[in-house]
Amino acid sequence: MAFNYEKYLRLEKMPTLWCWGCGDGVILKAFVRAIDKMGINQDDICVVSGIGCSGRFSSYVDFNTVHTTHGRTIAYATGIKLARPEKMVVCVAGDGDALAIGGNHTIHGCRRNIDMTMIIINNFIYGLTNSQTSPTTPQGMWTVSQKAGNIDPTFDTCNLAIAAGASFVARETMLEPKKLEKILIKAMQHKGFSMMEVLSNCHINLGRKNKMVSAMENLEWIDSISISKKKYDTMTEEEQLNLLPLGVLKQDLEVREYCDMYKEIQKVHQGERKKITQDDFVKKI
Amino acid sequence: MATREVISTGNELAAIAAVDAGCKFFGGYPLTPSSEVMHVVSDLLPAIGGVAIQMEDEIAGICAVIGAAMVGQRALTATSGPGMSLKAEQLGLAQMAEVPLVCVNVMRGGPSTGLPTRVSQGDILQSKNPSHGDYKSITLCAGSLAECYTEVVRAFNIADRFMQPVIVLLDETIGHMHGKADIPTLEEVQAGIVPRKKFDGAPEDYFPYECEHDEPAVLNPMYEGYRYHFTGLHHDKNGYPTEEIETCRKLIQRLDDKVALHEDEVESYEEFMMDDAEVMIIAYGSVSLAAKESIRHLRADGIKAGLFRPITIWPSPATKIKEYTDKIKNVIVVELNIGQFHSEVQRAAARLDIEGLFKVNGRPLSPHEIVSKVKEVF
Repeated sequence: MAFNYEKYLRLEKMPTLWCWGCGDGVILKAFVRAIDKMGINQDDICVVSGIGCSGRFSSYVDFNTVHTTHGRTIAYATGIKLARPEKMVVCVAGDGDALAIGGNHTIHGCRRNIDMTMIIINNFIYGLTNSQTSPTTPQGMWTVSQKAGNIDPTFDTCNLAIAAGASFVARETMLEPKKLEKILIKAMQHKGFSMMEVLSNCHINLGRKNKMVSAMENLEWIDSISISKKKYDTMTEEEQLNLLPLGVLKQDLEVREYCDMYKEIQKVHQGERKKITQDDFVKKI
Repeated sequence: MATREVISTGNELAAIAAVDAGCKFFGGYPLTPSSEVMHVVSDLLPAIGGVAIQMEDEIAGICAVIGAAMVGQRALTATSGPGMSLKAEQLGLAQMAEVPLVCVNVMRGGPSTGLPTRVSQGDILQSKNPSHGDYKSITLCAGSLAECYTEVVRAFNIADRFMQPVIVLLDETIGHMHGKADIPTLEEVQAGIVPRKKFDGAPEDYFPYECEHDEPAVLNPMYEGYRYHFTGLHHDKNGYPTEEIETCRKLIQRLDDKVALHEDEVESYEEFMMDDAEVMIIAYGSVSLAAKESIRHLRADGIKAGLFRPITIWPSPATKIKEYTDKIKNVIVVELNIGQFHSEVQRAAARLDIEGLFKVNGRPLSPHEIVSKVKEVF
């Protein structure tokens, strides 16, 4: 039987504002199926988004939803989660949203390790505002703000998240929705901060001057720059150079989750335990 | 009113007031001269099962506060001028999405980094419109140690009544002043708490932003079975983004009217020796303490001076100001900026001959300076 999306969507908000052939809808559907498989009650989850095409994600799904300001998704989600730690929070942001204006919150979100999932939809461009350079736009590509070709070095979202201390980091594309659904479940089941980068297309605004004017051409390009982590790990550094590994890139179950640690702070102030010291942590510096 | 006597500082009293008023969440960032507020709530909140978190920047501080408030908690942030500038955009979202919170601003010298450890009242106009767009700010200003407590309590009740941020202005002098204060008892404060309105009908009948033209949204806490949408975009009765012409107009008009048509519920001021006053001094915050002292000296010299002190700065007590300025010729506004409230008094009075004594070097005004100025201009 076909999956019934209606239960999870705000049908009065359909059709979406996303362009025909956009990957955002594929990601939204994979996300909804993942939530359904996990058996989560719609009242028990909050989806927080920022600004950009991905920002509209929250208005289409029938959960508790928050459409915040540009880049601040994780910061809002931090307050929501700390106020109700037993409930679930998922952030959805774009590459410009999460890595440019919201870069500070992204690195500190990874570092703090609050139990939430951050889905970064990376389409390598500012789509909603018509083709400006994003922190993941490949060098040499045309953008409306760098018509001579982008010279800004690119961020690797997952390497950034790993370096900043995220306890779960994964990357997938929207080319294989079933795989994406499975890995989203892993990300959301992980206790701690999980960073989930999803590579997606924007043939309208990335593709139009970069020889990918159709969705298919853009998807073929995504396919050509990504490879499973298993294969990636067998390659030489030279072969790896222009490829992004897919799959779970990091999972650390040892790092203490922040809300749990905050309960220890509450215990100290309520006289139930002595103060927290370095001995409470495996990693001392 | 039952009171208790405490010896404390303004910043500390603001923090205690928040916790007594039922605040469960603090998000902020260190910023002189407001940091003591964070220091105190970091002890008090976890002790009652609440949370105080130092975020990565001022912006994240207020974002977290708005998030906690969306979940239904009373939430506080504290900062000073540079932090207000950074928080401005999020205050706009809280106005638009109608999320109540309290933001304490302990004013220091500006603009920019200014005079971090010294006093000013330079954020009066900023607090009227911190963010872009149309809405009606509510700003309260503490003029004594006790008011650092009572105005924060009042701010929480007003925030929940009007479903929007409320700014409480302290200034560096009041914030760091240490002394005795008579504040309401905890029981008194708790008895005065008016909780946020809640909808308790069936979820399918719930439209959070469908309300009377002069009333705030009724926003149930998240995760309680009433699923809806928060956004900074123009939105319809469900909170869903819309560009429908009449819905957009009504929304913004309502954000203004919900306060403008109920100003009496937030208006607050003090009249000191105004009964027979022939000289009216208008001052607020720590300057009002010097003004009161100056009035005693002026009266000893035969000059019948009195003080009008706005406690609610925005919306300003314009009607009351006009009532006095229609009667009294000699009016002077004394403040630690270059006439920020002075311009509001001139507007309210519809007079351009209001005198001013302004100081912007980071030092407090002394009673003597006020006495000299009054004698010079009147």
